[in-house]
Amino acid sequence: MNHQPTARTLAQSHFRTLRLGTPFQPRLDALAKTQDWYNWAGYRAPHSLWDEELEYFAIRSQAAVFDISPMTKYRIEGPDAEAFLDRVTLRDVTRLKPGRVHYTAWCDDEGFVLDDGTLFRLSPTRFRLCSQERHLPWLLDSAIGYEVSVEEETEAVAGLALQGPTSFAVLRDAGFSGVEKLKVFDLADFPHDGTSITISRTGFTGDLGYELFVPADKALGLWDRLMAAGERRGIRAIGYTALNRARLEAGLIVANADFTTAEHAIRADRLRMPDEIGLGFMVDLEKGHFNGRRAILEARARRKLRHVLVGLEIEGNIPAEHAIVYHKKSQEVGLVSAAMWSPMAKRNVAIASLTRPYGDTIVDDLWVEIYAMRELQYQKLMKRAKVVARPFIKLDRRTANPPADF
Amino acid sequence: MKAWDAIIIGGGHNGLVNACYLQRAGLDVLVVEKNGWVGGAATSRELTPGFLYSNCSYVCSLFRPEIMRDLELPRFGLQVISYEGGAVFTRDGDYLANYRDHDAHRREFARFSKRDAEAYDRYARDVTRQCRFIQPLLMRTAPDPTSFKPRDLGELLYLGKKFAGLSTEEMALTLRFWTMSISEFLDEYFETDVIKANFALSGIIGTALGPMSPGTAYVLLHHYMGEVDGSVGAWGYARGGMGAVTKALAASFKASGGTIRTGAEVDHVMVSRGKARGVVLAGGEEIYGKLVVSNADVKRTFLKLVEEKELPEIFLRRVKNFKIRGSSGKVNIALDSLPEFPALPKDSPVYRGDMHFTDSMERMERAYDDWKAGRWSADPFLDMVIPTTLDPTMAPPGKHFMSCFVQYAPPKVDGREWTDADRDGFAESVISQISDYSPGFRDRIVHMEVRTPREIEAEVGLTEGNIFQGELTFDQLLFNRPVPGYAQYRSPVGGLYMCGSSTHPGGGVMGAPGRNAAAEILRDLAKSTSHMSPAHDVI
Repeated sequence: MNHQPTARTLAQSHFRTLRLGTPFQPRLDALAKTQDWYNWAGYRAPHSLWDEELEYFAIRSQAAVFDISPMTKYRIEGPDAEAFLDRVTLRDVTRLKPGRVHYTAWCDDEGFVLDDGTLFRLSPTRFRLCSQERHLPWLLDSAIGYEVSVEEETEAVAGLALQGPTSFAVLRDAGFSGVEKLKVFDLADFPHDGTSITISRTGFTGDLGYELFVPADKALGLWDRLMAAGERRGIRAIGYTALNRARLEAGLIVANADFTTAEHAIRADRLRMPDEIGLGFMVDLEKGHFNGRRAILEARARRKLRHVLVGLEIEGNIPAEHAIVYHKKSQEVGLVSAAMWSPMAKRNVAIASLTRPYGDTIVDDLWVEIYAMRELQYQKLMKRAKVVARPFIKLDRRTANPPADF
Repeated sequence: MKAWDAIIIGGGHNGLVNACYLQRAGLDVLVVEKNGWVGGAATSRELTPGFLYSNCSYVCSLFRPEIMRDLELPRFGLQVISYEGGAVFTRDGDYLANYRDHDAHRREFARFSKRDAEAYDRYARDVTRQCRFIQPLLMRTAPDPTSFKPRDLGELLYLGKKFAGLSTEEMALTLRFWTMSISEFLDEYFETDVIKANFALSGIIGTALGPMSPGTAYVLLHHYMGEVDGSVGAWGYARGGMGAVTKALAASFKASGGTIRTGAEVDHVMVSRGKARGVVLAGGEEIYGKLVVSNADVKRTFLKLVEEKELPEIFLRRVKNFKIRGSSGKVNIALDSLPEFPALPKDSPVYRGDMHFTDSMERMERAYDDWKAGRWSADPFLDMVIPTTLDPTMAPPGKHFMSCFVQYAPPKVDGREWTDADRDGFAESVISQISDYSPGFRDRIVHMEVRTPREIEAEVGLTEGNIFQGELTFDQLLFNRPVPGYAQYRSPVGGLYMCGSSTHPGGGVMGAPGRNAAAEILRDLAKSTSHMSPAHDVI
């Protein structure tokens, strides 16, 4: 058998590289002093590059660059794209104007959350959906009857998050003129190296920040352009640990860390409706039918919502990561999914999932049991926890218009 | 005259598991085995110098870890090694691999279909949910639904509660899973033919059904509910071949004081006044036992070893109608070097996994059509492994043992017995298929053993060469296995028990039937079962 190589056979060699590099990898590799990598959806992504604590402070004091290329991206385009997305996702997509972004989520027919993500409206008929997990079969099956195409473009489009107080100044100095006009959740196209890139005023840090999407082959040039312009503004590349701290201060949740997505939940009781993970606000009952609407309505009417996701403030300063939450120090009522001492809030904060009515109507007398491993011994602490609003920090610079020039 | 506390007919893995548990409970147990070696269908045989052949079963996943631990099998040499996924070769010169790494697996599927690549998670979730439902049932005696005994009611309640614990969606899926064809089941997740063919093979292995026959979805599940050290669904090689499993069992049995007699074929079970008294060997020797346990399949046990007059009519009719159809054969090959597959990169991990050549559902179903017509498949389905890529004990360095499981092979050819010429024709269909993908393959062959259903039945004793001692269709599972009313390892003859794969939970080198039968026997004897671990928790 003699066969000519095809695109398909040429792709066989992927088995030799289990963790792909992103289009920015040469730059990350050059900066990776800690060589502390993790697997992000099949990509080699940094936990840290030089010092996870200092990387966090780069977000809050200067400008931090975080490679978001491994995020799953779908290009959704066609005359029915708006109607299709309105049907698939929870929020009212007809109110999402071209040039705007919103944070949304989508459910299966039983009302259980498949994922959360950001929806970018690039034009009246063109969208980009970014998410943690992969959903091509779900999106394609849902597209039946709509004049719309759905294309997975994770590898084709590289992404960078530029976050922190000097991020605006960096972009302006890099020559992206007009970027000052972007308000929170605005997006616009900007020329770059003979092509155009999309910059949105969005992010995962609760800080002033932007996200940049660039064709993969123009990625390195963009990185260099930002770094050159940012040198005088303290720009630093960072890894996920620092970003994860910033997102927790911002009170944001992460799929398959703070809740289990429906297509991955082996155990039926791990499934969650939007109201159970703090996303009830997205559910728009005024718009037409959307996936999961009937089930969500029924669950609300029959009070079948068993869980609630809350922000906690915990006494002391020991992070309560994965601690069990108790009522009256005795009855187990939930679990902490993320926790930290917040340098910005100077509070010990956490995100927890509780079983109703705890966290819902009963919020008094909640405790967390912290097992702090110290030199091969658990220091067991029972600490009082208070349900508090998220985000845990609110920074005026995030929304200030025009953005401040530090 | 000595009367043993228990005589086990057949030294297969279930017979030995059963013997071990009984001996450890303080019984004086004798295993009688017709061959000159123990192992049944889990053997390693040196059929040519320097090469160990796993000449029946060839991979390990279903064997219950609770049994390995109870019987201290690691101490007696058992080691199971996980292996890489494997691949289906496609006729256009490519292949579709299954990689253990989740993202490599997705990227590999994406070479064929981006959509199907992203459908795998939902498929894996649904299959895993069903496995979790079934797994705890493996190490329990199936309840008798017509009985009002507290234990049966309790077990029925357990089953009902487990079922009621499922969501409506899962319940629907469970029922569909147990009755659907694997082809239709896969249609719900995937649209690419080769990807479906890749998964469908687990639905037809050892089964006289095609991928489009109802009931094959469950067979897939049966192959997914095993594990290697907690990695559910994984498959491995027993180091030293599958005989390592039974070798360890035999050693454990002997260490606890048990006795094995090989070369001792049982002619019939002695029955008087409705009760088993022992066995008579082919040479006429009588061996007395207080109870007799048969590791042979239900047909062989009740149609050959027990006189018909001792059995109730309806029972006998059901045994006769029990589906135990021969559908597969084996070609075991010693190779003087590792075969090359031009489609496969030389450094591919697929060499260390299972390889297949049936790249479409249509080809798989057509192979089954040949079986229905009473012929071996002209274009057979192969499950091919080269365990020596991971296990250096089975062949000299640089040389290899290759096991090819071959489907379909009918129990009779055109209605007549297999002949040697048929056997050679069957082997040729296999060798020629491999050679299509591996030029020069024939030149590497040092020795070859070909086993059609005729050889498997003659040597191992499996009726029609059926590897599961009876089809794994829903009508022959749980309290219907092997026949209604006798699903709890007992038989119409007092003191005669069954412990083979014909009983719940069925075939594969699992050991659960042998263990469960021991639990029932010890219950009848009012003896402790404290040396038997309950099923591991599924959390």
